[in-house]
Amino acid sequence: MPELSDYLILGAILFSLSIAGIFLNRKNVIIILMSIELMLLAVNMNFIAFSHFLNNIEGQVFVFFILTVAAAEAAIGLAILVVLFRNRRSINVEELDSLKG
Amino acid sequence: MNFEMPNFLPALPEIFILGMACVLLLIDLFLKQQERYLTYLFSLFTLLLVAVLTIYGYGGERLTTFNGTYVADSMSQILKLGVYFAVFVVFVYSKDYLRDRDMFKGEFYMLGLFGMLGMMIMISAHSLLTLYLGLELLSLSMYAMVAMQRGSTKASEAAMKYFVLGAIASGMLLYGMSMIYGATGTLNLDSIASHAATADKTLMAFGLVFLLVGVAFKLGAVPFHMWLPDVYQGAPTAVTLYIGSAPKIAAFALLVRLLGDGLLNLHDQWQSILIILAVLSMAVGNIVAIAQTNLKRMLAYSTISHVGFLLLGILTGTQSGFSSSMFYALTYVLMALGGFGMIMLISRKGFEGDLLDDFKGLNKRSPWYAFMMLILMFSMAGVPPFLGFWAKLAVLQEVIAADMIWLAVVAVVFSIIGVFYYLRVIKLMYFDEPDSEEQLECSTDMRLMISANALMVLGLGLFPGSLMAVCAAAFSAT
Repeated sequence: MPELSDYLILGAILFSLSIAGIFLNRKNVIIILMSIELMLLAVNMNFIAFSHFLNNIEGQVFVFFILTVAAAEAAIGLAILVVLFRNRRSINVEELDSLKG
Repeated sequence: MNFEMPNFLPALPEIFILGMACVLLLIDLFLKQQERYLTYLFSLFTLLLVAVLTIYGYGGERLTTFNGTYVADSMSQILKLGVYFAVFVVFVYSKDYLRDRDMFKGEFYMLGLFGMLGMMIMISAHSLLTLYLGLELLSLSMYAMVAMQRGSTKASEAAMKYFVLGAIASGMLLYGMSMIYGATGTLNLDSIASHAATADKTLMAFGLVFLLVGVAFKLGAVPFHMWLPDVYQGAPTAVTLYIGSAPKIAAFALLVRLLGDGLLNLHDQWQSILIILAVLSMAVGNIVAIAQTNLKRMLAYSTISHVGFLLLGILTGTQSGFSSSMFYALTYVLMALGGFGMIMLISRKGFEGDLLDDFKGLNKRSPWYAFMMLILMFSMAGVPPFLGFWAKLAVLQEVIAADMIWLAVVAVVFSIIGVFYYLRVIKLMYFDEPDSEEQLECSTDMRLMISANALMVLGLGLFPGSLMAVCAAAFSAT
């Protein structure tokens, strides 16, 4: 039977992977969006593990809300991506540098 | 299992705004473009009504409802009124700006109202869940607002940066919340406060750090400030005005709810983190602002330095410290409204007016508005007798009362450095020759509103006692 710490380590690994995905990626904005989703799922993993081991239902309720918000967030993120692509004809992260100072 | 009906009355303002925003969504669908001002008038009317509801609907005692996820207290009442005021002013200022740029659409008002609903939920949140939902409702509305100018390359780039960094911030905040939940076994802020002493120390500290990183991202505190200047500069000025004003009140509420209501037991730990954030914010904000040529970008760095000051009051962890920060937040919002409003005042069709050079010789073109800008800049710099001075003084008094004299000295030194770039705007207005002799063109309501805004900064600066007393009362009651 896996213990609480195993789940937390899994959550931490997923979370670090998503952070690495955001900061190491220099090519494509879509990969950043995927990393953001992964980050929220890592948090869900934490919440469900705590909820199960604490015998407390609130954590699982929170997870439902996070899933809903993540869907809305993805919708807005992709919409912004479409606008960006229409204006610049590129979604390369390195080319997003017209604002500086 | 028995189901108890929650008491809806304390949350009446939120329910009202939700209903009115949905009605507005429907009405706007059937309006022609030349009738669009009805949407504008309807949203102003909504704001006035909800202010009345908030003033008369609140009895003065602290009420929690919805199973303890929502709280109505005197702090929430005052902060909400501040938010309504700020959004009202934003709507009035942006009308002409949006019309000149073919952005006078229902979306701005809808997103503005939904974002305001998010702020109200944050202000009244009494559980990690409501805090998160309010924050996301606000953030998602703001991402969409920044991208509203669809043809603009700068705006869409700013929106993308804002979205990605905002989403990282939410992720960090959530990760921290999951740790706090794991350590205390509850999401309710009062229960977190009562369980914090017995909870697992490492888990709490771990959660606290992630929580603070998330909040610092949202606030724009250094070293998590990278998005702020880009977004302020790239977004249309009407949206910058919205982002730069009312959400600061909500961010203050977020900090007080989390750190004051929930984690006051961990004060020793979060105090040192906030000191670092505050000192870095004041340093970077005030020094980098000197090098800016774009006024929106300069005001963005000035926001960062003001966030540093805001944190000073909170990090003392006392009720009077919180009330001084609240005074600072309300004051800052009033000044930011005026500052960004001035940019919109001198802008016209095809001319943004957001460069420092656009303010050259404003005194020759319009002495009255140059004087208004002078009041606002002096106030932001913290020159007595303007309002900004009293806000800085109140915060510094709390810091000294908490025996951190070195911190107060650091704050004063950086704010003196900051005076330079505010004074440069005044020098440009009064001692340089204008590039063009054109008269300012803007409507009467805008002129009246911005004069009232700047005179309020002056008037409240001469008589700061009333606003200070209101802020002090908000915290002594609880």
